[in-house]
Amino acid sequence: MQKEKKLGRGVAIVGAGMSRFGMFPDKDSKDLFAEAYQEMVASIDKGFDPKDIEAIWIGNFSNDFFIHQAHWGPIISDLLGLAPRPATRTEGACASSTLAFRDATMAIASGLYDVVLVGGVEEMSKRTTEEVTEGLALATFPYEGRAGFTFPGVFGALATAYFAKYGAGREHLMNITIKSHENAPLNPKAQFNKTIADLMAAKKAKAEREGKPVPDWRDEKEALWDPKFNPPVAWPMHLFDCCPISDGASCMLLVAEDIARSFTDEPVYVAGIGQGSGRGLHAAPSLTSFEANKHAAAEAYGMSGYKPQDIQFAEVHDCFSIAELIHIEDLGFFEAGEGYKAVAEGATRREGSMPINTSGGLKCKGHPVGATGVAQLYEVWKQLRGEAGERQIPGRELHVGAAQNLGGTGGTCTFTILERR
Amino acid sequence: MEERPFGDISYEEFLREKKLMGSRCKECGELYVPPRHFCFKCHSDKMQWEQVSGKGELAAFTCIFVAPPYMARRGYGRNNPYCTGVVKLEEGPRVVARIEGVDASKPETINVGMVLQADFIQEGEGEEATTTLVFKPI
Ligand SMILES: [Zn+2]
Repeated sequence: MQKEKKLGRGVAIVGAGMSRFGMFPDKDSKDLFAEAYQEMVASIDKGFDPKDIEAIWIGNFSNDFFIHQAHWGPIISDLLGLAPRPATRTEGACASSTLAFRDATMAIASGLYDVVLVGGVEEMSKRTTEEVTEGLALATFPYEGRAGFTFPGVFGALATAYFAKYGAGREHLMNITIKSHENAPLNPKAQFNKTIADLMAAKKAKAEREGKPVPDWRDEKEALWDPKFNPPVAWPMHLFDCCPISDGASCMLLVAEDIARSFTDEPVYVAGIGQGSGRGLHAAPSLTSFEANKHAAAEAYGMSGYKPQDIQFAEVHDCFSIAELIHIEDLGFFEAGEGYKAVAEGATRREGSMPINTSGGLKCKGHPVGATGVAQLYEVWKQLRGEAGERQIPGRELHVGAAQNLGGTGGTCTFTILERR
Repeated sequence: MEERPFGDISYEEFLREKKLMGSRCKECGELYVPPRHFCFKCHSDKMQWEQVSGKGELAAFTCIFVAPPYMARRGYGRNNPYCTGVVKLEEGPRVVARIEGVDASKPETINVGMVLQADFIQEGEGEEATTTLVFKPI
């Protein structure tokens, strides 16, 4: 048996920030990180001296490919005036910044550091869609790329396996898309701020203006079934099943638990954190589950003492709609094969029993891959502190939330449980 | 006795020779396609090559309408999608490969569970010329 993983001492988040996510032709990675950092500094209720930061961990997947610049640790320490402090870049594909968060957590828990800055950044929009697709495919397993799989293709294949096993279909994935598009307009940082209904109305108005045939969709699903509105990318993944290409940055200040209250009266604590690895489509034990998820979740649940039913809400890695469905089952929020039914009943909406991706998720908030993990934790932080504004989960006192981050096609997964005490 | 190392370079070399080859653990008998250097089950490094029948069934698939650059250069894309998938071989292991002989523009006609047979096709031009493992419905 694996021994239960415990932190050597407690770790707390005392400040958090993220840039707006989107496509920003006139901002670079440093601009975006500066924007996230300034919000983080302002969020530290009792203030702090940047000189107290002892080390930095930065997640970045592939600015090497996207903008031909690697080695982001020292670039960020220089940007913030923190050189010569140690600055380390972590890479775990789309989970890169949760690896930064986890490594920093372990560094503080070990007693080495008391105050650490973590974050992530990615600048993707200066490449064409085809180039970004190629760049992201760097994070598939080698056999998959050679067989013509793209990123959406791998998730498309998982969807067909899920459909065949459990009797679900595209209409069930549409519920996830519609929900994400309902949450995102309430998030001022999100890349997309329109519901599916808004987008339909805009298309109809445009057709009318141009004297073209006006689409006769009666509801969101009719529009999503229409390949003109929602063309296939990697069937059954269509445009609205896929997250966009994004630029963005995120960061947090992590400190040792015993000094947390000198920064804020409302610290958010790391209750449990876990990470796992996976094998790719040819060798994965299941095509309807990520083994890395299950390993990460077992570690995090074990560390925290919480069970799936104790988690009140979560951000999960919905790079593609099917991924959200698999994650909410892998993490134990719903039984395997039952997730799509719970989603259809509205359980994962903001007012549902288990709100998922109140931020709008990767689908609508945006997915600057290296920034995503810490940005997910940012949403959990906001919700736990009651600072999520219009998208605050209604009607309940929040104490425990979680974020699940996935890298590549399931090669890396993390699960992080945060709590307010 | 086949003496090539149990890695991806050998696997690809065999594919060019139109053979689908895996490695079998001499300690516990587990079969791996593609081959592994080390047994995932018992961690032994004592492997031997084994050719598999190439018969299997479709475990998962996708039809790609937005093609990566190397497939786009071969004429695939929005108006000419292709199918790729995960095939569970009759010997047990799964492999990922293109699925030919199906209509990728009509994904509803392709089904998980379809019985398939491996084949090898020549494609690409010049430096990109290659032998590709594909599976076709029987
Ligand atoms: Zn063995």
